[in-house]
Amino acid sequence: MTQLIQTLTDGIAVGSLYALIALGYTLVYGILQFINFAHSDVFALGAWLSFTIATWFGLAAGSGATTPPWYIGLAVLALAMIGCGIVGFLIERLAYKPLRAAPRLNVLITAIGVSLLLENVGQLEGMFRGHHFKIFGPYPKAMPALIPDRVLLHFAAVQFRLVDAVVLGTALFLMVAIQWLVFRTRLGMAMRAVSFNHNSAALMGINVSRIISATFVLGSMLAAAAGFLYAMKYAQLKQTADNVWVLLGLKAFVAAVVGGIGNIRGAMLGGIFIGLIEFFGVAYLSDKYRDVYVFSLLIIVLLVRPSGILGKATVEKV
Amino acid sequence: MAETAMLRKRMSVSASESPEELRPPAWSFVPRAFAPLLVGTVVAGILYFFVQPAIGGFGSNLLLFAGINIILAVSLTIVNGFTGQFSIGHAGFMALGGYTAAAIVYYGSFKIYGDASFHGGLVSWTGRAGGFRGPLLGSGDLLFVGATVAGGIVAAAAGWLVGLPSLRLRGDYLAIVTLGFGEIVRVVLQGTDEQLRRYDLELIRSTPMLKLMNKLGGALGFIGIPAYSTVFWVYLWVAIMLIVAVRLKHSSYGRALLSIREDEIAAQAVGVNITRYKVRAFVLSSFFAGVAGALYALQIGSINAGELGFQRSFEILIMVVLGGLGSVSGATLAAIILTALPEVLRFVDQYRMIVYSLLLIIMMIVRPQGLFGVREAWDLFRRRRPRGGA
Repeated sequence: MTQLIQTLTDGIAVGSLYALIALGYTLVYGILQFINFAHSDVFALGAWLSFTIATWFGLAAGSGATTPPWYIGLAVLALAMIGCGIVGFLIERLAYKPLRAAPRLNVLITAIGVSLLLENVGQLEGMFRGHHFKIFGPYPKAMPALIPDRVLLHFAAVQFRLVDAVVLGTALFLMVAIQWLVFRTRLGMAMRAVSFNHNSAALMGINVSRIISATFVLGSMLAAAAGFLYAMKYAQLKQTADNVWVLLGLKAFVAAVVGGIGNIRGAMLGGIFIGLIEFFGVAYLSDKYRDVYVFSLLIIVLLVRPSGILGKATVEKV
Repeated sequence: MAETAMLRKRMSVSASESPEELRPPAWSFVPRAFAPLLVGTVVAGILYFFVQPAIGGFGSNLLLFAGINIILAVSLTIVNGFTGQFSIGHAGFMALGGYTAAAIVYYGSFKIYGDASFHGGLVSWTGRAGGFRGPLLGSGDLLFVGATVAGGIVAAAAGWLVGLPSLRLRGDYLAIVTLGFGEIVRVVLQGTDEQLRRYDLELIRSTPMLKLMNKLGGALGFIGIPAYSTVFWVYLWVAIMLIVAVRLKHSSYGRALLSIREDEIAAQAVGVNITRYKVRAFVLSSFFAGVAGALYALQIGSINAGELGFQRSFEILIMVVLGGLGSVSGATLAAIILTALPEVLRFVDQYRMIVYSLLLIIMMIVRPQGLFGVREAWDLFRRRRPRGGA
């Protein structure tokens, strides 16, 4: 019973992170029909930016360190989101936009290139003409604590910690916000129109290019938030070229596919679902094969219902 | 009459009209492959007997790696280049083939000879420079050739399992599934049991082969494999790979693959069973990736799944993209260049991946079809005087 509840809370907390990342994949897929492979690296960038900004505020990891007031955490989150938004905008402008008319394979390869570039630039550290420079460096780092390490709720042996509450709360807030943005604002309406059909949307007076940029910025900001929350929850950041980031991103993409790619509510549902599957697999089967469960689920979904839980099957017309 | 038959064949009349006698018999690939295979064997022999002693240990290592990379790049070309499907888990198939062959050769040697060192070598010559040549054509080589084929078959089976669900769908699912597959292979291989050693000889002898397949060294990697992959074998496989790829490309089968790449809906409309063709191309490609993995493991004498992750897959992908999506000679050339380049650019090793990624992005924007596109190197000289006919 204890294990069940613990697994449930862990699964939902991590699942909400997957959901945030999955939203970025699904937003871009809905509009451009391609997998933005660089998205997982934007997520990693978000985590590392949070770390860097936190150190700017003079915070450091360690047992003696005091936790800063609550608005510092908020500022770190906001700055990381802005930073990643800018990067997302630049990626779209410089790498993807020149390929708007190119075959999809080329865009996909470019996305891989961007992903590799972000990973390896993030790891740079060295000397250049006598000056020492460093982006994030090639070593893992410990994230300073931004909120007190407190247990909110004891339920039998289950601990519901403040970090989990913050992760869940922020993620839910952002999901509600994105829901509102896409379905209740003019920008959201334009985004839905573009995802429906580029040409018709353009004929209705929508600046398609700008909407695509906005989508990338939005997705990247969500990824940054997920990165921030990840850094808060796990406190250990692997170097940017580490497989951890790509794997988390991939699982989030699986979440988007499971929920129905291109479908915003599907991404949220899929994220939570994937989180639960992963943690239940780890708790009740074996923790050695953590990633195997998620990808097996992907294969099952592709076999049984390729359009995902909430997605509609589409027929491609000539 | 013969002329009409020829004409019909050339215009590829629909299946219902084409009489059975127009289709070449199933065994006909043997004579067609024989001449180029003979040439390939001779070239491999020349490389082994004459070139390798001349270039020394370092050079021959480079030669071996180039050969293995050629097999990897060309096999990926069949999926990424010909068929236009996006697979980025090639290193996973490589790892599967490598581990399979390594286990067969390593444990097989113990079972047959009682130890894991070289056996046989009719023309073995371990000469002056410390024996970099390795033995050739002995009883151990038979085991080795069998093991490479077995490695290929295991990889091909995995390719079928992975390809079947993901290739039914249009779009980029294959990319995600193969990427995830590569990771799963890595995780599973790194979770295997400890490798049995020389002092466990009795245990190895008494354990059936299939049970030994789980004792692959785990995260430490599989080591101490007798290194049978000599230049001769590697380049014989390179020759087979190139013959298969070029033949495939110019066959009706290959044209079906290219049609899928150009437009799936149109291909389907003219009667190409797209799922079946895609899966077959993928299985073929996986087979050769497995073979390359086997050659790799048995060349350096060890294999570690940790080294065969995303990065390795990306390196192979870059070779394909650079050479031209769909060009066999382009992929070959790119494989050779990208094998030699890191050796030349040792001093910028830290920036190698950055250079690669920038190269990939810029290439896609400036020259999206790669160096050669679908063309082959020999087509470049032929362009001015096109052949008559269709």
